[in-house]
Amino acid sequence: MSTLAHVFEAEGMATVALGSIRKQIESTAPPRGLWCDFPLGRPLGKPGDPEFQHRVLEAAFALLDCPKPTVIEFGEAIHDNSDEVLACPTPPRHDPGSHPAVDEARGLRPAYDRGVVISNGRFGAGRVVAADDIPSALEAFIRVAEGTPWTEAGIPGLPMRVSHDIRSYYETAALAMVDHAPAAWASTRWFLDQTEAGKVMMAARQAMQDQDAPQPMWFYLTPGDR
Amino acid sequence: MADSDIKALTEALPGESFETTAFTTPPPLAEATVAIVTTASLHHPDQDDFEVMDTGYRVLDDSQRDYVTGHWSPNFDGTGFAYDMNTVFPAERLDELAERGVIGRVAGQHLAYAGNQFDLSAVRMDSGPAGAKFLRGQGVDIVLLTPV
Repeated sequence: MSTLAHVFEAEGMATVALGSIRKQIESTAPPRGLWCDFPLGRPLGKPGDPEFQHRVLEAAFALLDCPKPTVIEFGEAIHDNSDEVLACPTPPRHDPGSHPAVDEARGLRPAYDRGVVISNGRFGAGRVVAADDIPSALEAFIRVAEGTPWTEAGIPGLPMRVSHDIRSYYETAALAMVDHAPAAWASTRWFLDQTEAGKVMMAARQAMQDQDAPQPMWFYLTPGDR
Repeated sequence: MADSDIKALTEALPGESFETTAFTTPPPLAEATVAIVTTASLHHPDQDDFEVMDTGYRVLDDSQRDYVTGHWSPNFDGTGFAYDMNTVFPAERLDELAERGVIGRVAGQHLAYAGNQFDLSAVRMDSGPAGAKFLRGQGVDIVLLTPV
């Protein structure tokens, strides 16, 4: 972010950089920086709150009046409540013969489709695994969790990207099952801690680590602090 | 899991250091053309997704706001952007500022990069200057940079 700010200023454009991590924006010192103490993924702060977003932009554009390089802090903070989990149901068992995570993913498909409409497709599955193929992608990680070497389990792409599609599928479905913008990370905690698929991904991550998979292959299956 | 813990994992990653800080004085905001440059790996559905360690950029058409995120890092909340594009890419807020005369106009094209880079030298030396020249060629005066 700050590298781009330096480069763009040198090309003759004035820049204002928003930053979510205080030490980063201070150490990289963009020409004009506004540190906003908001959760990662939400640089404008509050989804669905135009007034709040305008306050951020007003503070950002005010930096254009500064006569020299400046990094300041935005006056309002949004802190993640690390205990907040989205109150979101999971579908009842439909096919007792299939793994619970696979059955769950299939059961969430109608909600996922509604979530795609709500989000205009901005964050759903499809980087490497289409929504139709999420259950089979989960089956690959189930095999890893049950002991199959990760390289032989049939993971349909880079594990981190496949994992991202699975998580996005679930969080997009969750959007359709609640009537508000979730608090930051609340639906990720729901996915990891309260769904069968989340249990599979955590178990597969541990199994890959135990199999001495290269660190990036297992580490990026979930947020880094898990 | 906590946002603060995830930030702590990345806050010490070194950035590029610049001996001097370039500093451009813009025209008055009310007369300026404003573009957004985001590191959220946004792209149009028919554009190439961002590969891991992709240091290139995508041109985002302002009149076709069907942006999707190709960011591969798991270390950000995606539901804010899913629920409201403006949480990451405040194009509609810029529209409103232009309608009020606070800014001159919204640029016809914006840019997206992938922010999850461990080696920024290619961005500094290649794709960054190329993207800057592109926007300057479109008459952009001011760039709002947004992360994810």
